[in-house]
Amino acid sequence: MLRAVLLALSALLWLPAAAVAQDLQSLLQTYRAEIEKPARKSVVEVLDALVASGLPGVPLFLERWQDKGVYLRASDGLFYYAAPEGEGYSLSAIGDGTPAGTAAASDLTELRPNGGVRKEISGALVEFQLSDPDISRRQAAIDAIARSGSADQLEPLRASIPGEPDPVLRATKERLADILAARFAATAEGRVAAIGNLADDLSVDVRAVLNQILATTTAVAPALPEGANIARELTPGSGALPADAAYARLVAAGLAPPVVGRDAIKAALAAHIEGGRVGDVAVGDLDTDAARLAVYAALAEAGVVPPTLTPEGQAAALAAHVFYEEYVEPDPVITDAARGALRAIETRVGAYQVADITLDALSLASIYFLAAIGLAITFGVMGVINMAHGEFIMMGAYTGYVVQQFVPDYTLSIILALPAAFAVTFAAGVAMERLVIRHLYHRPLETLLATFGISIGLQQLAKNVFGTQARPLTSPAWLDGALSFNDVVSISHIRIAIFVLALLFLGLILFILKRTRIGLEVRAVTQNPGMAASVGINPDRINMLTFGLGSGIAGIAGVAIGLYAKVTSEMGADYIVQSFMTVVVGGVGNVWGTLAGAALIGFLQKLIEWGNPSNTLAAQTYMILFIILFIQFRPKGIVALKGRAAGD
Amino acid sequence: MTTLLEVSGVSVSFDGFRAINNLSLTIGEPELRAVIGPNGAGKTTFMDIVTGKTRPDAGHVLWGEHSTSLVGKSESAIARLGIGRKFQRPTVFEAQTVRENLALALRNRRGPFDVLFSRKTGQGIARVEEIAVEIGLGDSLPRVAGELSHGQKQWLEIGMLLAQDPRLLLVDEPAAGMTPAERAHTTALLKRAAETRAVIVVEHDMEFVRRLDCRVTVLHEGSVLAEGSLDHVTQNQDVIDVYLGR
Amino acid sequence: MRRSFLAANPSVLWFLLALALVTLGVTVMAEAGMISTSFVKTLGKTLCLCLVAVAMDVVWGYCGILSLGHFAFFGIGGYAVGMWLMYARTEEIVAASLAAQALPPTVGEIRDAIGTQIFGVVGASDFPLIWAFADRHWLQFPMIVLLPGLLALVFGWLAFRSRVTGVYLSILTQAMTLALSLYLFQNDSGLRGNNGLSGLQNIPGLGGVGQDRISIWFFWGSAAALAAGYVFFAWIVSGKMGSVIRAIRDDEARVRFLGYHVESFKLFVFTVTAMVAGVAGALYYPQAGIINPAEIAPIASIYLAVWVAIGGRGRLYGAVIGAAFVSLLSSWFTGGGAPSVPLGVYTIHWTDWWLVLLGLSFVAVTLFFPKGIGGIFDLVAPRPVPDRQGDYGPDDGAWRREEGEP
Repeated sequence: MLRAVLLALSALLWLPAAAVAQDLQSLLQTYRAEIEKPARKSVVEVLDALVASGLPGVPLFLERWQDKGVYLRASDGLFYYAAPEGEGYSLSAIGDGTPAGTAAASDLTELRPNGGVRKEISGALVEFQLSDPDISRRQAAIDAIARSGSADQLEPLRASIPGEPDPVLRATKERLADILAARFAATAEGRVAAIGNLADDLSVDVRAVLNQILATTTAVAPALPEGANIARELTPGSGALPADAAYARLVAAGLAPPVVGRDAIKAALAAHIEGGRVGDVAVGDLDTDAARLAVYAALAEAGVVPPTLTPEGQAAALAAHVFYEEYVEPDPVITDAARGALRAIETRVGAYQVADITLDALSLASIYFLAAIGLAITFGVMGVINMAHGEFIMMGAYTGYVVQQFVPDYTLSIILALPAAFAVTFAAGVAMERLVIRHLYHRPLETLLATFGISIGLQQLAKNVFGTQARPLTSPAWLDGALSFNDVVSISHIRIAIFVLALLFLGLILFILKRTRIGLEVRAVTQNPGMAASVGINPDRINMLTFGLGSGIAGIAGVAIGLYAKVTSEMGADYIVQSFMTVVVGGVGNVWGTLAGAALIGFLQKLIEWGNPSNTLAAQTYMILFIILFIQFRPKGIVALKGRAAGD
Repeated sequence: MTTLLEVSGVSVSFDGFRAINNLSLTIGEPELRAVIGPNGAGKTTFMDIVTGKTRPDAGHVLWGEHSTSLVGKSESAIARLGIGRKFQRPTVFEAQTVRENLALALRNRRGPFDVLFSRKTGQGIARVEEIAVEIGLGDSLPRVAGELSHGQKQWLEIGMLLAQDPRLLLVDEPAAGMTPAERAHTTALLKRAAETRAVIVVEHDMEFVRRLDCRVTVLHEGSVLAEGSLDHVTQNQDVIDVYLGR
Repeated sequence: MRRSFLAANPSVLWFLLALALVTLGVTVMAEAGMISTSFVKTLGKTLCLCLVAVAMDVVWGYCGILSLGHFAFFGIGGYAVGMWLMYARTEEIVAASLAAQALPPTVGEIRDAIGTQIFGVVGASDFPLIWAFADRHWLQFPMIVLLPGLLALVFGWLAFRSRVTGVYLSILTQAMTLALSLYLFQNDSGLRGNNGLSGLQNIPGLGGVGQDRISIWFFWGSAAALAAGYVFFAWIVSGKMGSVIRAIRDDEARVRFLGYHVESFKLFVFTVTAMVAGVAGALYYPQAGIINPAEIAPIASIYLAVWVAIGGRGRLYGAVIGAAFVSLLSSWFTGGGAPSVPLGVYTIHWTDWWLVLLGLSFVAVTLFFPKGIGGIFDLVAPRPVPDRQGDYGPDDGAWRREEGEP
């Protein structure tokens, strides 16, 4: 059949006119019985003939047949395409699709190929679709093969490669041909060659195919069978094969008698209670396993119940047999090649995973940096711990949400939301500094508690205003999707945007602190408030502006975080501890310290999550423990102020 | 007079700035010693090193008959060895009474459980009252320390030092902000204390130092510039240069 | 010595008298049916909260360590007692159901059945190692104080040793609390994840006794524990120990130069208060009936600080008043007891607005009444207030200036 298809295809491609020897209707009439009542087996012959005929109407016919659009008219015994029209059907001719009048429903019989037959038809159709002039149909055909690859698709696929005009699609076809060939190529050499071609491909489906080739079954035998393709031997009692499971396999293979379990012993004893005794032991004494076993053994000796096997007997039975995993694929050459290819792929996948985790960690670090830098500024400059910092983040996010309610265009609304969030939280920060914090300088612990009071108030206020359910902050369409480098390494656009935002703010803050008058004054107040005041800097003003700046950045961080996480009244609380940790680990009063802290925490969290991916709670627990230990060794953080300025 | 404290070859630097540079100094027991020097000479840092607050980068600090090294010991352990320190600014516990302040300093076992189960002894009460009289606060025992005048706080702090009964007393500018009468009283207190123990007084005020009438060590840029009687060092050309400018 | 201690601290006597009167009043009213069983439980729980608040006051108000972890110790105490309660209670149920079988159950069968009962909700049936003592109360009860004490000892040693003070220390304790609650939230923590331990109000061996009786017993127990804890802490803070720890609060560097090993004293206070917090938790949760990791979340410890601050730091009765006042008020507001305020366009439902009110009043207390409610008592018996100038000392982390107000 394959050769026939090949011939047919080449005929279709190169000699369309010459092949028309017969018309389709008469060809169909030849196979009328099979077409009327097709069976999966017999239809293959029909399909072969149809494909071999090379007639131009064949693909259309196959499609319509598959979609139950072909009818047999009783009056003339011919096949027609038909579509319902009014009371009856309008017909069109099979060969060229020209209208052929109408017919009453009673005159027509619908051809209803069953599922198996339709599958065969679609198989035959794929061969045509692979060379279809319409690129989207070729793509669809390739996708179909990729989903359900089977042996007979290999040759048509290969045949379609030389004629493929689109380079991308051609590469896809070649790769798909290799994937199919790895499993279905006729010769071992062909398969090994195909496997070799796949060794530099990272995609999941390639790995799936290789794993499929390397599929094993676990078996047990008195000795290793000759000539079997053994993957490995298993030792009973090891992690891969616990002793219980091994013995159960022996039992299943009929190589050992079943063990009578605890429950079975209990049931057997219960069944043999006579007058409050089992054998010669009172029921009340049967409250230990040892007592039960002894009585059961006595019963077994008497032949009342089947004997049980001693642990020694079980061990002997296990020792007398070998357990092994055997490849389903009998040819060791192929499994070796597949194993080699898989190992090469996995090495590269590992390397790319490191790159992927690095990207993830970078984006997490930039989020922490954005969340923490405002806190670091207020803490570093003013020695004030702002417990309401998380709520400022939340305020920023809600500001973004509110802006989106009024500005439907997402791009525009984000552009508006950033300064709006900054303005709102800047104002809130300044208000808080003026009304509360100003009165509590030099009372750091009381500041902590007062700002905490503000924090719970704001949180509840947000709950009252916006409700408890999460509010979406929708990102513009151009931020959807991800930048993917290959099947392993990818990063979503939002995260890239947050990274850029963090870089922007790092630059901005460094600029403000190092290059502007206000920055100079801020640094002066940080280092020596008394001296700064005496050279004419107004510390009140500086404190107010600093606090506003720190809070404003929290608002911007809120918009950024809201874009990829949900906006809730509790979102601030999720970030506040992490932000504190970032500041503390990084070292107070230093932008670079915060950056280092954010990087350390971001990377650490990703690393722990990678080691234990199922459990993010455990990851956070371990991270906090690490930080507590870290403080032991660097109590002042990574970037510590040294000497007398540190105030020790 | 035996050697009590020996500081040899000590250096310490903050961020590249050498606050103490190869400093060597020996104090006997009993002895009264005045340490003078211009601002930034390293006087306070020297005391920080001896009391364990700052760890030297190099050098030895040896203590007592067995030449125990003080480097690396905690502040509290050093204090328990018998080194008492009075800060430049009076630091007494202002929320507690004079009696509590003195009792806190009284030489007793210092472990948490010793303190928890400690009882007032007649001997202790008597000692507190004795010291209170000595520092001129005999009538003020039930008063809260925060209410005391600046000079009284200075004396209370000296009293706390005496209650500690240290072998070495480090006193940082005791006369700062005192009236002449208070100064005279302070001088007398220090001279009396120095009869039985070693006392190091860091001071700016030459008049005060002259009244102490003791051996003087001049520090400059972290090391010893001159040592001897006050008259001897004031005639030293280096000292004159440092104090009067080049 | 004891007599002179009480004579020297008349507030202790007044407190004990007030507590005895409250206990008596509640008992009489409960017997007369004037107050419901659930309200007796609320009052009993409040007494436990007062006890942990007293411990918090000692560690914060006297020693200057703003610990945001003492509710974690409270929770550990609750878990420790809850493990035994749940085990023993389940054992009773399992034994009853297994007794119906033909053969008497083996020890292993009982244990397996209990394990399946307890850990079925998290898809496990084996007992984790931390349940090793749960089947014997004489082994498990010491855990109520030993576990919080051990955790406080290790954590405190690490933190104090590296001289972490002030807000740093607060944040570090908060991190510890967060780590603990996150750990407990996991299903494989061995403590039933976010389901927590439940059914704790059923006391093993007291199946026939009604909850009305048990609730009053627990109320008495809580009152006795509060009285004992109050006297114990009053004794600690009144003597030389109190003098040392207040000195540490005000200027820890100076205390160091006096020869006291400050870290040991802090560790002592931190650990002892943690142990008392554990006891308070162990009495609280049988009255609450359920404990889950949310109870340990950092916010709970912050509330604890809020109670103490509102009640008045640095005086033990202040902590008791603060805890009782705020927690009872809070349950009145959140329980719907407070009438709504119609404003025409908007009606204030206190269930929604109570936290806002609490937050604002907290700010107000910090700003305007730093002495808290306890400060009212100064009107009756004025305490000497020093006219202090300047900072206490050079340590930025330590309490400075007004924060040291007695």
